Amino acid sequence: MLFESIALSDAEWQAITLSLKIAGSAVGWILLPGIAVAWLLARHEFRGKALLDGLLHLPLVLPPVVVGYLLLLSLGRNGWLGQWLYQGFGLSLPFTWQGAAIAGGVMAFPLLVRAVRLSLEAVDPKLEAAAGTLGANRWRVLFTITLPLAIPGLLTGTVLAFARALSEFGATITFASNIPGETRTLPLALYTLIQTPGKEAAAARLCVLSIVIAMLSLMASEWLARRARQRLEERDR
Amino acid sequence: MNDVSRRHTDRASDANADADADADADADSNALACRVYKRLGDFDLDVSLAVPASGVTALFGQSGSGKTSLLRLIAGLDRPDGGYVRLGERTLSDIQQKIHVPIHRRQLGIVFQEARLFPHYRVRGNLTYGMPPAARSRFDDLVELLGIESLLERLPGTLSGGEARRVAIGRALLTQPRILLMDEPLTGLDGERKQELLRYLVRLTREIDIPVVYVSHDTAEIVAIADHLALIEQGRLAAHGPLDELMMRLDLTDRLGGFDATTRLSAKVVDHDHRYSLTRVTLDDGQTLRIPAVGQPPGTSIRLSVGVRDVALAHAMPQGTSYRNGLDTTIEAIEPSPQEPSANEVRLIFGRQRLRARLTRQACDEMQLEVGDTIVALIRSVAFDSRL
Repeated sequence: MLFESIALSDAEWQAITLSLKIAGSAVGWILLPGIAVAWLLARHEFRGKALLDGLLHLPLVLPPVVVGYLLLLSLGRNGWLGQWLYQGFGLSLPFTWQGAAIAGGVMAFPLLVRAVRLSLEAVDPKLEAAAGTLGANRWRVLFTITLPLAIPGLLTGTVLAFARALSEFGATITFASNIPGETRTLPLALYTLIQTPGKEAAAARLCVLSIVIAMLSLMASEWLARRARQRLEERDR
Repeated sequence: MNDVSRRHTDRASDANADADADADADADSNALACRVYKRLGDFDLDVSLAVPASGVTALFGQSGSGKTSLLRLIAGLDRPDGGYVRLGERTLSDIQQKIHVPIHRRQLGIVFQEARLFPHYRVRGNLTYGMPPAARSRFDDLVELLGIESLLERLPGTLSGGEARRVAIGRALLTQPRILLMDEPLTGLDGERKQELLRYLVRLTREIDIPVVYVSHDTAEIVAIADHLALIEQGRLAAHGPLDELMMRLDLTDRLGGFDATTRLSAKVVDHDHRYSLTRVTLDDGQTLRIPAVGQPPGTSIRLSVGVRDVALAHAMPQGTSYRNGLDTTIEAIEPSPQEPSANEVRLIFGRQRLRARLTRQACDEMQLEVGDTIVALIRSVAFDSRL
């Protein structure tokens, strides 16, 4: 028998809940900035737009280890931002689960911005102009017209970012290390087991778990997006 | 080229003087006065315009003449390169003073070519989107006037083109605007629906007490709805004034209707002949006409239109004729038709109203028509259009 018991061990539960906590926090902190940046890129022309666009996409094309190393350089206790955080607020991010959430968020950010930007660009600017002629200021237009019409893309982007943060490995292990109960998420736990002789069965179990969680989040994303689209189309018909 | 541009400049500055004078007269009303300049693709828009505080003013011209651009400048959707826009005493744009009131604070109602309804709000939600509490009491009346009571809980995607436009018009009016701007609101509707919406518009514009600026390139629409007309050509104001007067200008025949040019008459319903479905109406000098029956009760003022090709002239009312109407008139002008070499355009006057007729030059010569002659204008009853 490959699996002695179907029930999850404590270590497995720990890895799963920790992964969900870290991925959830990662999405939580990038959601608002992500929407803001997507809106900026979708609806405004400004100097340096191409540069910003390029910088945003860097985490997609850079080796994750490089991103993790850059995070360590800037947010480590001796980094320019980390020093200020540590001396000013006593905050230290490397080797903490918050640090892992930051690494996951940075890696997921471009995916979120892309999805949200596409859905914002699909909103007809003529509707926004019409809202303006009805006396709505730019904030009211954003919250009553633009964002509601972009909800399918917002949902897709959020789930995509969550999945990306959940599977984050390279930047996390570089920046937050591999500490059981603190930063050892599913991918890191799996990696650890693979490195340990005689733990093949445990590794396989985590592998199956990862697949199940990934499938579930993909299905949830599809279901949410389809529901949102249906609701908008119902209104469209 | 120089010559042409100088003439245009002269026209613009003449109109400018008019605009200033009108603006002073209506200082605290909703009269609109603007003098705007903007570079457009291959020509400049340079127009001074005064829109009276009541009635429908049509911005009329061919596609690409700049009329929609002018509307967008007035609305604040675009910024002029120079000049100003004032509504009553309030300055909406003034380039010299660096004033440009953002669109959501202009208190304008705008109806676009497309309805632009919000797909995620029901009709009711669309109507109330920009409605201040003070306008709540008008909601029911306006909804009834536009015939959209039964649509309130529907989503915009389920509406027909004409229904959606009516909702868009209601939505704009419920913001309690000081002026209503409409950019070719009938575009893209087919014949039947176009006529239906036009009837709603005509009824509506007589009910509301704010000025309406109506952009169109369709003469029939203009004749149906407008009180004043601003003729825009190549970004300039080519003519401007009460529509009834401009329609009497023989030199504008080409622009205002051409082959299908018409005359508008104001009349009052006297009584109905139910047996023949005819209505008797009286004109301001007391002469009467028989026209196809209208729904309005006796005493109501109505507007009629009759094509210039539907009016014949005779020295005396002939006997044994199918013509039901003979108006005693005086010839005020005879000019060769600008577009039909065989015809003359003849302008007749009776009381304070004028009527146009297009006759062959041959008929004019044989009848020896002269300016100042009294003459009977013969009009078939069925030639009158009173639906508008």
